[in-house]
Amino acid sequence: MATLSVCQQPIGGFSFEYCKRNAVLEFECNKLGHSIPAARKTGTTICGVVFKDGIVLGADTRATEGMIVADKNCSKIHYISPNIYCCGAGTAADTEMTTQIISSNLELHSLSTGRLPRVATANRMLKQMLFRYQGHIGAALVLGGVDCNGPHLYSIYPHGSTDKLPYVTMGSGSLAAMAVFEDRYEQNMEEEDAKRLVRDAIAAGIFNDLGSGSNIDLCVITKGKVDYLRPHDMANKKGVRRVHELEALPRP
Amino acid sequence: MERHYMDSKIKGVSTGTTILAVTFNGGVIIGSDSRASMGGNYVCSKTINKLIQVHDRIFCCIAGSLADAQAVTKTAKFQISLHSIQMESPPLVKAAASVMKELCYNNKEELQAGFITAGWDKKKGPQVYTVALGGMLLSLPFTIGGSGSTYIYGYTDAKYKPDMSREECLQFATNALALAMGRDNVSGGVAHLVVITEGGVEHVVIPGDKLPKFHDE
Repeated sequence: MATLSVCQQPIGGFSFEYCKRNAVLEFECNKLGHSIPAARKTGTTICGVVFKDGIVLGADTRATEGMIVADKNCSKIHYISPNIYCCGAGTAADTEMTTQIISSNLELHSLSTGRLPRVATANRMLKQMLFRYQGHIGAALVLGGVDCNGPHLYSIYPHGSTDKLPYVTMGSGSLAAMAVFEDRYEQNMEEEDAKRLVRDAIAAGIFNDLGSGSNIDLCVITKGKVDYLRPHDMANKKGVRRVHELEALPRP
Repeated sequence: MERHYMDSKIKGVSTGTTILAVTFNGGVIIGSDSRASMGGNYVCSKTINKLIQVHDRIFCCIAGSLADAQAVTKTAKFQISLHSIQMESPPLVKAAASVMKELCYNNKEELQAGFITAGWDKKKGPQVYTVALGGMLLSLPFTIGGSGSTYIYGYTDAKYKPDMSREECLQFATNALALAMGRDNVSGGVAHLVVITEGGVEHVVIPGDKLPKFHDE
């Protein structure tokens, strides 16, 4: 009995429709003496860890545009399905759109199968899409969730390679976060220990990497429950000015 | 991490690696290290599996861009399973190697991955095939590949003997991997070895500290 495929299957081959247009726009812009606006990147620290009952995902909340902080409190943990969430590093638009597209396709797939989606399915969809675009979509993702086979955590690179691991970090602050994980990760941690570990890893990224900063968001996924803690920790609260400016000026 | 990612000549995560496959009397041993690197500076994964099982008695090991290698092996695994179901018999190792070769040759502009296919079939017994970067397919009694292989060409050429026993072959493969991992910075981690014979498939994992030492004080 044939099953109807509701998701739109992509046509084979690579689609680079907009590359030529972008190149022409850039050339025209440069002729007039301007440079095209830089894509907003989430120079970032994201990480995930598998603990006894599920997954903890963590992310910082700074989005940069070159050397300026474009958004002090952006959300980098994206919804994929009720039991699967995905953190995104790289170009902000790419991570946002990619996760939305896969979330939409996965919901159609889930309605078609009549089952809760599996993390491996989301992983396959993401990696096939990223490979199709040969790394031009700058999305480095940490995908985590709990399905019928237990908790799963994947790291997905922009060129389409994936890795299934118990702890992963991505983004410009990934080395700082990985250092914390390598020191303190254990198998079968309790939820509070896992949350503390992820919080410390993101904090390491925030304080040691210029591209990461502001607050720490956490997402704890267990069987049947998701805790989206935004913000979990306001590591960089804006201070209150102690003296009013005019009073501080020397009197004539 | 973006800095490491942009500097590399191989786009994205690469399995700068050491892979090898050796035939012995009655079977074939295929082996690899377990390191995936980015830009020659950062180890993305210490425990990656580069030995992919494409059928019951056929394994493939991967070198080059990890994204390309994963995409090719998943496509090849599907095509080989379909072929095997249609033929109603286990596929020949040469058929599996040809499938990889077709994918590599027809997409040679876009892909940056090389493979070693090894296995056992009823027609010709244990065989080793290498599929190079542009899609060249060669059948050899033993072969090495990856960035770490340059350091062990002399060793393997000198020490290989046809018709070795299983234990001799296992020792030969372990020594070769240990020597390469000792000298190549983008190979390392644990040594994965798979012994394929008519009777079955056996996976041997040797952790880094249990590898044979060669003047490593």
